[in-house]
Amino acid sequence: MTYIAKPRLHHPNLTPNALGFTRRDYEGAVSTLCAGCGHDSISAAVIQACFELDLAPHRIAKLSGIGCSSKTPDYFLGASHGFNSVHGRMPSVLTGANLANRDLLYLGVSGDGDSASIGFGQFAHSIRRGVNMTYIVENNGVYGLTKGQFSATSDRGSKSKKGVINHDTPIDLVSVALQLGATFVARSFSGDKAQLVPLVKAALRHRGAAFIDCLSPCIQFNNHAGSTKSFDYVREHNEAVNRLDVVTPRDPIHIDHEPGTTQVVTQHDGSVLALHKLGDHYDPSDRVGAMTYLAQKQALGEIVTGLLYVDPAAEDLHDALGTVDAPLNSLNTAELTPGAARLQALNASLR
Amino acid sequence: MPHSLTTRPLSRTNDFVVKFANVNGSGSASANGMFAKSILRMGVPVAARNIFPSNIQGLPTWYEVRISEAGHLGRRGGVDLMVAMNPQTWDRDVAEIEPGGYLFYDSTKPMPPSKFRPDITVIGVRLTQICNAAYTDPRQRQLMKNIIYVGALSALLDIDPAVLETLLGEQFKSKARLIAANIEALNLGRDYVRQNLEPIGLKVRHADKVGDRIYVDGNTAAGLGAVYGGATVCAWYPITPSTSVAEAFTDFCHDYRIDPETGKARYAIVQAEDEIASIGIVVGAGWNGARAFTCTSGPGVSLMQEFIGLSYFAEIPAVIIDVQRGGPSTGMPTRTQQADLISAAYASHGDTKHPMLFPQDPGESFEMAALAFDLADRLQTTIFLMLDLDIGMNDWLTAPFEWDDKRQLDRGKVMTYEELEAGKDFGRYLDVDGDGVPYRTYPGVHPSRGAYFTRGTSRNPYARYSEEGGVYVDNVQRLLRKFETAKSLIPSPVLKAASRASKTGVIYFGSTTPAMNEALEVLEAQGSGIDALRVRGFPFADQVYDFIAAHERVFVVEQNRDAQLRTLIVNEGGVDPAKLPSVLHFDGTPITARFIVSEIGRQLGVSARVSVKEATQ
Repeated sequence: MTYIAKPRLHHPNLTPNALGFTRRDYEGAVSTLCAGCGHDSISAAVIQACFELDLAPHRIAKLSGIGCSSKTPDYFLGASHGFNSVHGRMPSVLTGANLANRDLLYLGVSGDGDSASIGFGQFAHSIRRGVNMTYIVENNGVYGLTKGQFSATSDRGSKSKKGVINHDTPIDLVSVALQLGATFVARSFSGDKAQLVPLVKAALRHRGAAFIDCLSPCIQFNNHAGSTKSFDYVREHNEAVNRLDVVTPRDPIHIDHEPGTTQVVTQHDGSVLALHKLGDHYDPSDRVGAMTYLAQKQALGEIVTGLLYVDPAAEDLHDALGTVDAPLNSLNTAELTPGAARLQALNASLR
Repeated sequence: MPHSLTTRPLSRTNDFVVKFANVNGSGSASANGMFAKSILRMGVPVAARNIFPSNIQGLPTWYEVRISEAGHLGRRGGVDLMVAMNPQTWDRDVAEIEPGGYLFYDSTKPMPPSKFRPDITVIGVRLTQICNAAYTDPRQRQLMKNIIYVGALSALLDIDPAVLETLLGEQFKSKARLIAANIEALNLGRDYVRQNLEPIGLKVRHADKVGDRIYVDGNTAAGLGAVYGGATVCAWYPITPSTSVAEAFTDFCHDYRIDPETGKARYAIVQAEDEIASIGIVVGAGWNGARAFTCTSGPGVSLMQEFIGLSYFAEIPAVIIDVQRGGPSTGMPTRTQQADLISAAYASHGDTKHPMLFPQDPGESFEMAALAFDLADRLQTTIFLMLDLDIGMNDWLTAPFEWDDKRQLDRGKVMTYEELEAGKDFGRYLDVDGDGVPYRTYPGVHPSRGAYFTRGTSRNPYARYSEEGGVYVDNVQRLLRKFETAKSLIPSPVLKAASRASKTGVIYFGSTTPAMNEALEVLEAQGSGIDALRVRGFPFADQVYDFIAAHERVFVVEQNRDAQLRTLIVNEGGVDPAKLPSVLHFDGTPITARFIVSEIGRQLGVSARVSVKEATQ
């Protein structure tokens, strides 16, 4: 419960990162989610990613909509400003926040109800605009906080806890994000921290709209036989295309790779993504190829995970708008107000 | 030409109403605008209003020009000279002319006598014939016909041709060929009138009654006010009649807000996917310390309700410029009303209320737009700037824009890095100063202090999660204290006392003002002057209730069906509704002085009769 304060006493031997912060400094309040919830694993991955990237916690803004997933920003990065906004509207709030101050990192946390149903439009348009953000959907295929209704990502034919069969076609947010021009698209699984943490790190270091669809089983309402979002089902059908190592510019760049099996991508900020290929030949720099591959695997019932697409030279909304380098919220009266003399000239033109 | 006059033709100088009946998309707007501006340049005040359809081409549209040396800028009611260029609306246009008035039409094709009235003067100009003889290109024939009728009217009304030629020069700037062609068209009309027609009784004469006033529409003024108010983020969705606010803001930002060294923009404008995203972007930017606004109309405000409530409870500055129109969504988007007062004042779910500003004209639209951003920051809530289509989309003669270069943007209570570092206690929803307004921090300000998790309610004064009833009650009571604080920040009402003490008063606001001013003069001249109070915002200042208390009866004049301002006054102040008779105008056209005078007169007369009757019983 969040009103139970976490102990402030930390182990004296906790290893600090380059900024002198320990992992504890990236934690938040105690989670109120159900024991075993996939979302808590994602929170842990965010904490680890931010710690390992040496990010200053207060320079991250975390925003969410409404739902179980949207509660999680309270459970990590307690030193960051957070905003639990309106159901399905996190993308617009994040867009506005980003416009106000381009210097912070923006982490948007949403769920499948929040992003694929009520907020499908805002999800789409924030991706289209290339808002510089990391947008994580904690996807469990179900409305947890209202106790078990299907969401728009529930697969056709999957069974609810009450035994109802879903008739509607699912929305695959990854495919939609690719089509809408997201410049970083990944899918992962809350049960695979080794895969998820590097993806979150790479997304945080990406400039542009970075989208991660993270399957995150709902232990209460969608973890039964007949569900296609259960721990067992996702494990059985998970088809990872690559394993990712993220090397930040600060680290000595040493990538262990065998020719032909590792693809190296350098992002705008100098971070290096080393993608170790698994299984099929898969090229994450080919948007159309990614869409085709996903469609083919989806038809076979497989869940493709990994870094599915990245454009390391992407531009963001600020580039498109040509805004000044200084955060807009830092501009002063002299920089914003044109002054009386300009009005005299304007008045003269209106007579 | 039928000419059987049964009424003396009107004879008026610098005091009459001309109405143009056109088909929209025919290029008439710029010619009609030039007509109005030429009179203005002769030093005679004009008030011009577009009455137009929600359509791009082919439907009826009107342009009404009030010429008033006395300076009456409201609609008067009635038409003295009808320029009937649209056969679709001929019958109603002819019917609208005042007895003794004038009808100007294209007499190329003969009209049956039944299409005219015996009590008006008919002025036929063979416009099509003149055009067809002079031009071969169909588009040119159409456009030049408009200029030819302006030329003809200028000769009939004694408008200075040199002024018109200057205006054409300004309009076409360096394109000498276009200037010459248009002057030629003007002269075609002028020559026809001089050779074929008698002078009429309506005249324009040079005067000196315009002063330093400017001629501009309210949406342009509000967009400019947003620039001066320091807005850096604008998110909007196209909707008539507010679209031109965003367009003006964009244009002024191009002119005034480009960093001279880098050429980069000190602003961000996003045309959002809908009004919900627009207000979401505004709330996100406001939360993060930028001044942000959206512009919309009634249907947009409806879509924004959930976010407006969040702004109220989470205490996030936002500015909404609502250019009001006739409702609903498939309603009368191109007609004016003051009908969003209640939906804006109490927007959203739960116990909410929001400050509103009521500009009377474009001059105040500029001032109040700039003020709205200071108020939003000081009060950390949504501020509504309530324009309407009449102010927003019509050119008004208004006070010149002024700015005090010493004025600083007032960012309200923001706790800084230094204050946090010095150990100052920070509780996001703590009422430190007793005015209900807490301190806030901008995200990213300090490595270990000042961060908080933003929620609507369900948190204590330190922004920590709580669903305790007492904590909730304390918080929303504080919001009421904040609303009290708002009263002192909203511009005060403006009193206009009658020349003799009056037991009757009138309250009005916004675009009703010019018609009200004229109506007050008429009532004064009739010996029944009344005291008047112009309300400039919500929540209402104490002066509003003092004014009501000081009078036996106070008319509330407004442009909606349900007496929304009166409802707010009664609701917020516990006034006996019987004391506040309504004068309501809501057909989508701007209210007229005649309407106000006749309604107040009727109601005063009716009650007078009642009291006589009571006295005799």
